[in-house]
Amino acid sequence: MPPSDTHDNDRPQGVGGEDLIVFDQVVKRFGDLTVLDHLDFSVSPGERVTLIGPSGSGKTTILRLVMTLEKVTEGMIWIGGKPFSHMPRGSGFTPASESYLRSRRKSIGMVFQQFNLFPNMSVRKNIIEAPVNVLGTPKEEANAHAEELLDLVGLGDKIDAHPTQLSGGQQQRVAIARALAMRPEILLLDEVTSALDPELVAGVLDVLREVAETTDITMLCVTHEMSFARDVSHRVLMFDKGRIAEEGHPDQMFNDPRHERTQAFLKSVLENGN
Amino acid sequence: MWDFQFTYEAMPDLLSGILTTIQLTLIGYSIALVLGLLVAVVRRTPIIGGIVHFVMEFIRTTPLIIQVVFVFLMTPADISAFTVGVVVLGVHYAAYTAEVYRSGIEGVAKGQWEAARALSLSTGRTWGAIVLPQAIRKVIPALGNYLISMFKDTPLLFAIGVTELLTQAQRVGSESFRVVEAYTLVGFLFLAVSVPSAIIIRRLEKRYAAV
Amino acid sequence: MEFLEQQLPRYADGAWITIQLTVGGAALAFVLAMAIGILGTTRFWWARAITTVFVETFRGIAALVVMFWFVFAFPDLTGFELDPRFAAILALGLNVGAYGAEVVRAAINAVPPSQVEATVALNYSWTQRMRLVVLPQAWAQMLPTFGNLVIELMKATAVVYLVGIVDLTSVAQQIRSATGQTFVAFGVAFVLYYLLAQVLILGMRALENRAGKKLGRAPTGGGGILSLLRPPSVGTKVGVAK
Repeated sequence: MPPSDTHDNDRPQGVGGEDLIVFDQVVKRFGDLTVLDHLDFSVSPGERVTLIGPSGSGKTTILRLVMTLEKVTEGMIWIGGKPFSHMPRGSGFTPASESYLRSRRKSIGMVFQQFNLFPNMSVRKNIIEAPVNVLGTPKEEANAHAEELLDLVGLGDKIDAHPTQLSGGQQQRVAIARALAMRPEILLLDEVTSALDPELVAGVLDVLREVAETTDITMLCVTHEMSFARDVSHRVLMFDKGRIAEEGHPDQMFNDPRHERTQAFLKSVLENGN
Repeated sequence: MWDFQFTYEAMPDLLSGILTTIQLTLIGYSIALVLGLLVAVVRRTPIIGGIVHFVMEFIRTTPLIIQVVFVFLMTPADISAFTVGVVVLGVHYAAYTAEVYRSGIEGVAKGQWEAARALSLSTGRTWGAIVLPQAIRKVIPALGNYLISMFKDTPLLFAIGVTELLTQAQRVGSESFRVVEAYTLVGFLFLAVSVPSAIIIRRLEKRYAAV
Repeated sequence: MEFLEQQLPRYADGAWITIQLTVGGAALAFVLAMAIGILGTTRFWWARAITTVFVETFRGIAALVVMFWFVFAFPDLTGFELDPRFAAILALGLNVGAYGAEVVRAAINAVPPSQVEATVALNYSWTQRMRLVVLPQAWAQMLPTFGNLVIELMKATAVVYLVGIVDLTSVAQQIRSATGQTFVAFGVAFVLYYLLAQVLILGMRALENRAGKKLGRAPTGGGGILSLLRPPSVGTKVGVAK
């Protein structure tokens, strides 16, 4: 059920009030460095959450944990009411096996900062390969869907192009189409415009606005594009040193930040021309 | 079953074989190092460079063993098989080391040549003091790999009767009918030299890659 | 001229054996290199141990020694005689396969981690990741080195005359004994080896260009058939250099 008006940034009530993503006392350490420190937070179905904060504050790590690119050090992640970082065993839990993760992460898609298109495949193949091979979608159906998605991102004429023939902005829009082709319930956006030349940023953000308006995909978004964050998100989380320093509705967060950390961060972002 | 008595008795012969093998490798490698560098420099001159390039290409694309046998047959009988073997090994590998030096020389920044010219250094000084020291440093690990490679090619000299390790093994093996032990020992002796050398080369690679 | 007319059929027979050994050895080496190279990139320590032991052993021992072992020691040990040609292909395949496995391992590890992360985000299985993304990309990197290895393999086949196989080198020696003309007898063989190598180089370069195109790279040194005529550059004795 798509939200009728995206600029009405009320946090939607999840189905049956159930949270879709839950971080329960999650700790992530890389060696001696603690990136996430006993983090608790949850996301409702259909909710769009933007994570902001200085670099090294753990935002990207959260996305990578949800995408299973990293493993939690302590604590647990739940998705859809079922354990995700772990799997049930006996009366307790054990870290999730590769096959358990494979069965669970089908509903999650990710768009990367560096696009990560496959250079050995055409645009079409990049988009249809996973639906066909992983989901078992029939080829004609996957192709039709790919064409539809490329129209959505404004690249309908590039279906047989090769990734290297596209600009960064175009590559990123293909990457968005590729992620959507898996019909994800959750879409993770990891600084998707940071690697782009300034003039290409708007095109990519417009596509994402469109996706936000026309679908009810749950989104977790790490970005430095504050106006985009204000437009699409229901909630903004400010991270500092692996913890949530402040959270709130975008209007409140951007107009009236309460935490000094948030004030300082927003000031520095604005001064840098964003 | 494995005959330890034979192993014990054959060892002196096999060790003398490996000594010859090591001598061959060291002398052949010295030839390859010097000749290869010469070739790499000469290759940059027109015409002669082209001819040298073709000859080296020819040497690289034809088998070492037939080169060894051919040269052995073409040289007067009073030149020993050892000498022929060591020279052919050296020349054959010079064709490879030349390519390594070439890549090193091409890797020296253009600005270095230009700086040398700006200081009015002679051609000899430019090569000797500026280009080659930088080029060679970079290719030391790659050159080191050819030392091991050459060591493993010495058994080919069996073909002209140089008494290296394989020749010795064949002799003691057929005299005593302990073929399995003889050839298996050769394998182990090769590993005993090439595995530690490979480890040393890898160390070298790390050390020079860090620069 | 008369010499050529008389002897050419024999050279052709010898060259044919050389080609067979090259193709057979290359096929075995390729299969071994792929299987054992891929094993070396898995997360199982025992699989990586297999790769290390295989690579170090067969890179460490000369192919000639391995061939002698199969021809002379193996029958003694098992009472089972191997066809010399089979033993030769086995020895060459193991030797070149060891170098190749290292090449495959390194090429797979050189595929950017971000590509693997993208396959995780699309929920590919390990097999799908390998087949659809990692190997196609690693392939372009393996090919130039494989090309050099094939040339080395072709050259290494010449040792087989020592176990009585009548290959090109063997034919050259027979003709030399028969005619006493060392220079001509060997010269023809040298030229044939050289030509064989050129054919292999052209073939490998065509493969490289195709693989490069798949990754959206321009063929090295301009496109088209002319690019195949670039002066060949069989440079590194591969695998040896790293």
